Amino acid sequence: MTKKHTDPLERVAQEMKKCVKCGACRANCPAFGTFQREPATARGKVALAQHLVKGDITLDDGTYSAMSKCLLCGSCVDKCPNQVPTDEIVIAAREALAQRRGLTTFHKAVGQVIKNRKLMNFGALAAAIFGPVFFRKVPSTSGLRLRFPMPFIGGSRHIPQIAKKPFMKRHPEIIKGEPGKPTIVFFVGCMTNFVYTEIGEATLALFRHLGCTVIIPQGQQCCGLPGMSGGDLETVRELAEQNLAAIEKHQADYVMTACATCGGALHKLYPLVIGKRNPELKARLQAVADKTVDAAVLLQKLGLHPEETGTGQRLRVTYHDPCHHRTAGIAKQPRTLLKETPGLDLVEMEGADRCCGLGGTFNVYHYESSLDINAGKSKAIIDTGADAVVTGCPGCIMQLSDGLKQAGDKTRVLHTVELLARKIRR
Amino acid sequence: MLDARTLQQLTDIVGAENIATGVQDLICYGYDATQMEFLPDAVVHPDSAEQVSKILQLANKENFPVFPRGAGSGFTGGALPKGGGVVLVTTRMNRILRIDTDNLVAEVEPGVVTEAFQMEVEKLGLFYPPDPASLKFSTLGGNVAECAGGPRAVKYGVTKDFVMGLEVVLPTGAIIRTGGETVKGVVGYDLTKLLCGSEGTLGIITKIIFKLLPYPDSKKTMLTVFDSIDGAARAVSTIIKNKIIPTTLEFMDHATLTCVERRFNLGMPESARAVLLIEVDGDRDLIEKQAGQIHKLIEPLGLVQFRVAKDAAESEELWRVRRLVSPSLRDVNPDKFNEDIVVPRSKVPDVIRRIELIQKRYDIPIVNFGHAGDGNIHVNIMIDKSVPGQLEKAHEAIKEVFQAALDLGGTMSGEHGVGLAKQPYIPLELNADQITAMKSIKAALDPNNILNPGKMLP
Ligand SMILES: Cc1cc2nc3c(=O)[nH]c(=O)nc-3n(C[C@H](O)[C@H](O)[C@H](O)COP(=O)(O)OP(=O)(O)OC[C@H]3O[C@@H](n4cnc5c(N)ncnc54)[C@H](O)[C@@H]3O)c2cc1C
Ligand code: SF4
Ligand code: SF4
Repeated sequence: MTKKHTDPLERVAQEMKKCVKCGACRANCPAFGTFQREPATARGKVALAQHLVKGDITLDDGTYSAMSKCLLCGSCVDKCPNQVPTDEIVIAAREALAQRRGLTTFHKAVGQVIKNRKLMNFGALAAAIFGPVFFRKVPSTSGLRLRFPMPFIGGSRHIPQIAKKPFMKRHPEIIKGEPGKPTIVFFVGCMTNFVYTEIGEATLALFRHLGCTVIIPQGQQCCGLPGMSGGDLETVRELAEQNLAAIEKHQADYVMTACATCGGALHKLYPLVIGKRNPELKARLQAVADKTVDAAVLLQKLGLHPEETGTGQRLRVTYHDPCHHRTAGIAKQPRTLLKETPGLDLVEMEGADRCCGLGGTFNVYHYESSLDINAGKSKAIIDTGADAVVTGCPGCIMQLSDGLKQAGDKTRVLHTVELLARKIRR
Repeated sequence: MLDARTLQQLTDIVGAENIATGVQDLICYGYDATQMEFLPDAVVHPDSAEQVSKILQLANKENFPVFPRGAGSGFTGGALPKGGGVVLVTTRMNRILRIDTDNLVAEVEPGVVTEAFQMEVEKLGLFYPPDPASLKFSTLGGNVAECAGGPRAVKYGVTKDFVMGLEVVLPTGAIIRTGGETVKGVVGYDLTKLLCGSEGTLGIITKIIFKLLPYPDSKKTMLTVFDSIDGAARAVSTIIKNKIIPTTLEFMDHATLTCVERRFNLGMPESARAVLLIEVDGDRDLIEKQAGQIHKLIEPLGLVQFRVAKDAAESEELWRVRRLVSPSLRDVNPDKFNEDIVVPRSKVPDVIRRIELIQKRYDIPIVNFGHAGDGNIHVNIMIDKSVPGQLEKAHEAIKEVFQAALDLGGTMSGEHGVGLAKQPYIPLELNADQITAMKSIKAALDPNNILNPGKMLP
């Protein structure tokens, strides 16, 4: 019985052995930073995973609680001298926990959260809390639902407004560009589709400006990462397959995302996590992964001329690195674009590459701690005196906006593409 | 085992949220960087000397052992609760109490992370030089307890050279202060020095007064490559003989270079047999001049490459070579014993040669790198524990490595301490009289042997 539930962990057991318990991961782990207890560190989670595999501890509340204290930000992996993939190990542990969902303790804790089909009642609940507009138009497979799965996130939290009409409903599937120019599949993502539609519009405007053909595959779904963070790998696999099918329908030079989280899913986590479990999907997932590129990186690659985009108004901006960009090595490209754009002054904040505290569903289970991490971020932003903080992930945008509003600050929060598209869209 | 009543008393002292007995916490406070593991019965997180004192008084009354712990980054198992008991974690005591810019001293609590402290003093133009490679996560209390050192020790010394005074809770629960804030002071025994490096066996440090220096103007980093280890070693003594004391003199032997090169392809010259990373700091004009002098001095010693960093970014690039050592070692074998022997610096080539013989005799890879400036060599014995017989061979080889260091007038540990890992080898270095003297100090301060028992002394 226990054996079956630790299967996902056995798949990463070899990786766990690489951890020498040096403690270097204490330095950068935002979860440890806020909880200040060893089970919250990467090292602690790896140790617990090892004991789970050995079978001398069980998937009980204590283990659940320790494994829930991770934002999957990957900064431990970046800084670990032995490159221990703690994020993967935590995902495996959460999958093991999710498989035991039928058993009382785990079910109590996250039961309703991960498998969205069982969230029927919740849909009504959320609607009651956030008002009828929120969620009504959001399909149940959307990551948004996974991101706001619990009733107790009301309170002082600033929830963004839902768009009147989703981005994908506003545009045809294929928007033809100039002959000879690249064809780009646009993977939109839930946040952009339902909430921050302006990010989608800006992205579209920029690539049309460059003459590209932009395809917005209609069958695309949520990338599934919020589900991954809850350990619901079955849902993630289903979504990955649907997304794969939608993308493969089109011939394209690039698969492009303007959301760091979606990019992380397509580029790294699908082949790594889903591919490992489904060898028959692996090659297809890898093929899409190889074509996947972030909007800012692609704009730079295709030679967007920043002077075409600057509006001349002077603006002091600072840049926040989304975790899924940092772990993919995307840091220079967006900054270069911003630096070259006339009228923009880029000032660095302290700890620009530190996680904002959203962390998939982390901010739901550990809202206080998420706020704590976010407060540090807000302070760093405010300290720069910038007019706007710019980033490449709608999830971060939501979290940063929440933090700054709670701090009573008026710094604007924008996506890189929004700034770059200001002139073009006039 | 602790009974319910004792646990309740501990809870009353630190508060319910600062004591843990769940198996997850016990596991997570049962390891350190040695990769040994012993589960405690409880973990407490006190936040003041008074709480620490009450815990120790209770321990004496109820007769349970207490194991002080900082970040658990120790390499010798000093913080491990062997035999069970209570792990006392200092991380809640993490305040920088004051930085006195008139007298250049600072007072801190033990749980402050070393780098956090460095950054605070540097904001004021001041300097706390001790820089163990673990500075981003180890605590100052742990640094003092282990007397941690780092690459800057050549010029500035190690942790104890910066500790002016301490607040300590003795094993019986008495709270005392040692030393003070004055540069001079000779009243009574020097308990400050005794406690530095005592590995948490003589008292729990609850406050530290550090001496600070002015932050050096600028620094210059040089990467130098030699065609022999002798050349590199002679470079070290030549530089120092010519009255230049670099901040750092880090060396990597041929085996280390091979590992790094295989993994990261840095494009080292074919003839490279040893690398010295040299850093000088101080007045801008002076270090410019020193860099030139150093180049001239070491040129005839088989130098095959000399690179000087122009700016901070290039300096970081040169340091990268040194930082890549750890990650590349695992390619040799999955398990390693990292021993940190010290010999007089002129004896570095001799000891490397002795280690090469040991490596041949036992047929296990040994990789050496470390702080050439102070003769502190990290001897990495690389084995695969799953291969039968390798572990035993490693232990034999380690013993011979220690013996080699001692034969050449050195010591078996420069910075990692003794803890559990090196305890069996203690009689190689200390004679019966020395051990008896040390044991009587321990017995006098800790009559019931409740503080970190079973560590360091055999
Ligand atoms: C990657 C890595 C690199 C390292 N590099 C170096 C290096 O360059 N130089 C070096 O010297 N060491 C190095 N170390 C070893 C280690 O980091 C140091 O020994 C460090 O000082 C330990 O600090 P800690 O807070 O982790 O202490 P812990 O490991 O928690 O404890 C170490 C010892 O100190 C005692 N202790 C801790 N706090 C107190 C206190 N407040 N009062 C009394 N006793 C206490 C414990 O009981 C134990 O005996 C390295 C370790 C790692 C993992
Ligand atoms: S996860 Fe990496 S950094 Fe953390 S203890 Fe293990 S080896 Fe060290
Ligand atoms: S992924 Fe982030 S939060 Fe999770 S253990 Fe690593 S550093 Fe900590």
